[in-house]
Amino acid sequence: SPEAAAEALAKLSGGAAAATSDKITISLPEIAENGATVPVGITVDSPMTAASYVKQIHVFAEGNPSPETITFNLTPTGTADVNTRIRLSKTQNVLVAAVMNDGSVLTNKKEVKVTIGGCGG
Amino acid sequence: MANKPRVKLPKSAKAGEIVQIKTLASHDMETGNRKDKKGNKIPRLILNKFSCSFKGEELFGATMHPSVSANPYIAFSITAKESGTYDFTWTDDNGEVTKVSQDMSVS
Amino acid sequence: VNIARAASNQAITQDDLLKFNSVGQVTLLNFTDIHAQLMPLYFREPSVNLGVGEVYGLPPHLTGKEFLKKFDLMAGTADAYAFSSVDFSHLAGEYGRIGGLAHMATLIKAIRAQREPNTLLIDCGDTWQGSYTSLATRGEDMVDAMNALGVDVMVPHWEFTYGAERVQELISKLNFPFLAGNVIDNQWQEKVFDSTAHFERGGVKVAVIGQAFPYTPVANPRYMIPDWSFGIRDEMVQASVDKARAEGAELVVLASHNGFDVDRKLASRVNGIDVILTGHTHDAIPGIIEVGNTLLVATGSHGKFLGRLDLDVQNGKVKNYNYKLMPIFSDVIKPDAEIQAVVDAIRAPHQKIIGEKLGTTESLLYRRGNFNGTFDDLICNAIIEERETQISLSPGFRWGASLIPGQDITMDDIYTQTAITYPNVYRSEMTGETIKLILEDVADNLFNPDPYYQQGGDMVRVGGMGYRIDIQKSIGSRISEMTLLSTGEAIDASKKYTVGGWASVNEGTEGPPIYDLLADHIRKKKVIDVQPNTNIKVVGA
Ligand SMILES: [Mn+2]
Ligand SMILES: [Mn+2]
Repeated sequence: SPEAAAEALAKLSGGAAAATSDKITISLPEIAENGATVPVGITVDSPMTAASYVKQIHVFAEGNPSPETITFNLTPTGTADVNTRIRLSKTQNVLVAAVMNDGSVLTNKKEVKVTIGGCGG
Repeated sequence: MANKPRVKLPKSAKAGEIVQIKTLASHDMETGNRKDKKGNKIPRLILNKFSCSFKGEELFGATMHPSVSANPYIAFSITAKESGTYDFTWTDDNGEVTKVSQDMSVS
Repeated sequence: VNIARAASNQAITQDDLLKFNSVGQVTLLNFTDIHAQLMPLYFREPSVNLGVGEVYGLPPHLTGKEFLKKFDLMAGTADAYAFSSVDFSHLAGEYGRIGGLAHMATLIKAIRAQREPNTLLIDCGDTWQGSYTSLATRGEDMVDAMNALGVDVMVPHWEFTYGAERVQELISKLNFPFLAGNVIDNQWQEKVFDSTAHFERGGVKVAVIGQAFPYTPVANPRYMIPDWSFGIRDEMVQASVDKARAEGAELVVLASHNGFDVDRKLASRVNGIDVILTGHTHDAIPGIIEVGNTLLVATGSHGKFLGRLDLDVQNGKVKNYNYKLMPIFSDVIKPDAEIQAVVDAIRAPHQKIIGEKLGTTESLLYRRGNFNGTFDDLICNAIIEERETQISLSPGFRWGASLIPGQDITMDDIYTQTAITYPNVYRSEMTGETIKLILEDVADNLFNPDPYYQQGGDMVRVGGMGYRIDIQKSIGSRISEMTLLSTGEAIDASKKYTVGGWASVNEGTEGPPIYDLLADHIRKKKVIDVQPNTNIKVVGA
């Protein structure tokens, strides 16, 4: 549920409100082709140096029985650019939280529609 | 795991180059929420951990929950620094570890 | 060639259709959504094509008299006949059939003769499906025809309904690129097809980027293309544009099967596209729609039109352009002998089947429009009678030829409405709740105010029931007053009803093919008369 996802997010930021940020880009289809395997890509704008990097990227599915889907643990290397495929049981928001090395938390979200399908032009 | 996981990593790279690594495991990722034909609950059995390390140091990892799709696909990037072996591991709920290693030369 | 008939009303000639003030160095010739129609036909443009949100009242969401007014067309003229639904049956009698590949070829060849080194011919897709011969040859007839026509590049949608393996086979037979930059594989998330083709025309470097229909695995059976994933993927389009520009492209064209409203939004989000040739939503727009610096072209469907866009390109920018959307009035165009021979060779082996006369129609039969068309009502009635159900459902496809009052109904005509690779007519029980869920789902694909959530078809057609729809509401609350027509009672959410339908995207659907069921039905009836459906109440338009 959105409440469970919000609770999980609050735990990450120690109760402080996490800032919604366009530094996080979420790549998800507007309409899922197959709810069993929905490709998700996340990039966070960060230099990824020892001084400033993304430590964790959490992905929450608000509408799933349990919101946690995957947590990526990063180190100061490459770019903060991760991809995976997740299960989405119905139309819902996918919430992403990035925990920075200084402990601050950024979030962003995107809605994915899961539909019955059929028909076309 | 039924089949070995597969890893896509270039054979060589230039020092400082950002390299994308793609991994594809072969696993049902049984969620624990499904029932069999007799109505009995099918127990949860998923890969719950992924790790990529270089010379004993973890560069990238992931904690997975049942909402990760079957045959987990994980892609990420690293900065090429020196030649050597990258070790990839997947751990399931029973603690069973599957390991794949691949070399990359850096010039 | 019945020049006399058209000439008696208004003196249009082949030369009039071709009349054009050439501009600049590049001529883009474009058609789309030909749906395997090789022969001239009747095709009635929609009388209902509603737009919600930001696109309310904008083309292509204008129909009938409002459309004529917007584009300054006179009622009763040849253009009014080609572009709108106003007075259709009467004007069809006056101006005759429209389209035909050999007729289009005549115009293409005439323009090429005049502008040989400048011309690019671009097909925006839905080319291989929609006729008996395309189904019988699994798309090969259209590959032969398009090779003969000399198409320069194409993009796909219904092409995928022959299955992944067949698509690859047919691509290997094409003399030109098949582009689909937004298709990636389900294993490694990597591109399956080329995204860009490069040309040089009139000294201008032209990059054509191709976009397949983003919702192919949602709107059509996913099991036929299990390894491929689609989507709009703005960021991939932007990357292709940037790459093309970096490689020296002076003119960037997106050949797109996104649908018009999706492309209008995409044009505002992706920078550096000069022209979008749109497809999929079957809109025939007589002028260019400009979004920022991007020119949007919409050339209709069924081979009815050929678009010509001349561009003057200076320093990597379009400095000037001229556009004309030419209706293919087959009565006044001399068919090209070479392409006519190709068409005849394709059809000859099947003539006995497609030429069969099943009956006649006393009323206008058409499909296109947001809600039930008369041809759909005929199909819905056929399903209810032949499969003995209370309710029937028929997909909101935008393809299918129209038949005018007094016309024979042939097997050829049945296939222009039903030729698909998943034709089985199911019979099942559904609760009122499930039926509502289906209607709500499809309504949101059509009326979601964000075009990126629209799939570009029309509303699912219903037989045996009526409903009320408020297009301004959101998913789950648009549909109400669902009524079973046979009893006049309200449809009960928890009660089960027998429902028949076709074009299910689920694997293993059982039942007779729709084309056989419909042909049997018409053979029995002999004379068809379908009056406009009044069982759907639309509000919020
Ligand atoms: Mn089409
Ligand atoms: Mn289409």
